[in-house]
Amino acid sequence: MEIVHVYTKDREEFGRQCLLWDRPTELLADILPDQNLASNFIQRNHKDQAVQAGRQVSEHQVNTERFESDSHGVNHVEGGWPKDINPLDMEQTIRFRKKAEKDESYLNSIQQLGSVTEYCSRQNNAVDIYQEPFDGWEEVEESPEPPSAKTINVFRDPNEVRRTVTGLSWHPDGGRKLAAAYSCLDFQKTSRDMSLDSYIWDVENPNRPELILKPASPLVCLDYNPKDPHTLVGGSYNGQIVYWDTRRGSQPVELSSVEHSHRDPVYKIIWLQSKTGTDAFSASTDGQVLWWDARRLSEPTERLVLDPTREGNLNRALGAISLEFEATMPTKFMVGTEQGLVVSCNRKAKTPTEKIVCTYDGHHGPVYALQRNPFFPKNFLTVGDWTARIWSEDIKESSIMCTKYQMSYLTDACWSPVRPSVFFTLKMDGMLEVWDILFKQSDPMLSLKVCDRALYSLRVQDNGRLVACGSQQGETTLLEICSELSTLQKNDKSLLAAMFERETKREKILEARQREIRLKERSRSEQSREEEIGREDGEDDPDQLITRAESDFYSQVEAELKRRERREEEALREKDVCEEKEVNDEEEAGRNETSS
Amino acid sequence: MAEVEETLKRIQGQKGVQGIIIVNSEGIPVKTTLDNSSTVQYAGLIHQLVMKARSTVRDIDPQNDLTFLRVRSKKNEIMIAPDKDYFLIVIQNPSD
Repeated sequence: MEIVHVYTKDREEFGRQCLLWDRPTELLADILPDQNLASNFIQRNHKDQAVQAGRQVSEHQVNTERFESDSHGVNHVEGGWPKDINPLDMEQTIRFRKKAEKDESYLNSIQQLGSVTEYCSRQNNAVDIYQEPFDGWEEVEESPEPPSAKTINVFRDPNEVRRTVTGLSWHPDGGRKLAAAYSCLDFQKTSRDMSLDSYIWDVENPNRPELILKPASPLVCLDYNPKDPHTLVGGSYNGQIVYWDTRRGSQPVELSSVEHSHRDPVYKIIWLQSKTGTDAFSASTDGQVLWWDARRLSEPTERLVLDPTREGNLNRALGAISLEFEATMPTKFMVGTEQGLVVSCNRKAKTPTEKIVCTYDGHHGPVYALQRNPFFPKNFLTVGDWTARIWSEDIKESSIMCTKYQMSYLTDACWSPVRPSVFFTLKMDGMLEVWDILFKQSDPMLSLKVCDRALYSLRVQDNGRLVACGSQQGETTLLEICSELSTLQKNDKSLLAAMFERETKREKILEARQREIRLKERSRSEQSREEEIGREDGEDDPDQLITRAESDFYSQVEAELKRRERREEEALREKDVCEEKEVNDEEEAGRNETSS
Repeated sequence: MAEVEETLKRIQGQKGVQGIIIVNSEGIPVKTTLDNSSTVQYAGLIHQLVMKARSTVRDIDPQNDLTFLRVRSKKNEIMIAPDKDYFLIVIQNPSD
């Protein structure tokens, strides 16, 4: 429908100025709704539409650019001298000084200042304001604050592809530097652009690593030489041992030859105490423990195969995951294996069979960490599966103390170097737990969530206050533990010694009892065997055992099923009985009412 | 001249005094009993400190002025007596 509006204008009026005036509105066209068209449309459902009269605001996060700081030295030059005097020229300066001394105002002011200063100086000598008034009094026990730990710094892996921090080592001299080994331990998940580098971080500067170590294959573990803080040795993913000198830069100084190295990733490498200070030993899951001299990495100096049958058979060897060496006992060392056994070995044994002294069967899974207590070397801590256990060297059957089964897997642990009863554990859910066995044995003293991913490696600095833990995403977090957990208390050592002795004794008694019971059983079975002559030796036949086990199993299953059916029937019967009872009760109630 | 020498000797003779430095208003050490490098270091640093302390005191109350400054540290105490043209710096170890 067209709406047309027509107006006319005389030609002589073109170009004239516009004269505007008010006039009432005229309705030019009015289009009424056509009801016939309504059938083309459908009424829509009601819709709720919220309307807000508030102002629209938006949230925006802003992060300032990270402040990059760099340390520089500045050279000062002596200044203040008047222009005509050269400060380096002794004569001129001496002459200037002499002239100044003869000045009138100098004499007056110095006399005055001198008397003031003398007064203060005498004051200092009269009273010692640094004197401790309550020295020698007994220290009052302050109410213990809840233990805490603070994150000081986080060192992030600068690469795009994040790798797990698998090894950490503190600089032996004061612990201002931390070396971290990065690699990806998931089987065949290493991407091609994953960087191979490992870093040495300066504790104060988390922005940039102080030194980049460039091995040929990612490093799984590394260790600073305690005797020579410039040298490091590391074990890599392909089994080679690499040796660095930080003064010589990022490239390794020496690399062990592939044929003589391990066949599996080197999980732990530790420097040894020796005259030359260049010996180290390494362990790997291929079942070997190799000793190396850092000056000549082409071949290991010694080799040990972790075969529990002591035959040196590589096929039956246990894979080693952790190593332990204490400098106070240089001939003994311990290896934690993938199979859950801890093997204690003696290095100075004459024959290879005697090298493996004994084994401790502890965990259901690989023993990820193993460390002797620095104050009580006879006791050591192991961590594997979901528990942490403390062992005594003398008791080989079981651990003397054990934590309860935790919610997630424990990955690493170590003792505190200052307090003999404190140790730290790391879990796969990113928690760091601090345990004090003198205080509480069932729960940790402090449970901290360090990050969302699993934590893999832990190292305490020698002063006991700083703890570095590395996570799966390549973050190394540096935490400071509160002073209660890192200062030696008076009775710690004696109390802990008493505790260990008590637990060891308990285990010994239990072991003795077990042995007694076993002996009794054996003697009883021997007697019964002698009485029955010609009895079949079916006991030892594995096939028969299997069939017997099967028949036992099936009979038990059937018995259980029958029991269940019977229970169900009883339940149904009971229900009927109950219903009858209810009906009876109601009748009774009705009768009672009518009677009353 | 002689009185100045005598005054300085008296101060130096006090128990625990490690050294004396006299610095002029430009920061040049005029007289000292310490070695050159320490003297220069002390002179430069303390000069700035005194300027700052003095301006602080005068900012708070313009009628006021700095008369004496004592810096006590773990190892020793530095006493500074400022004047219009010169400072007298005495380093003493009080617990000796």
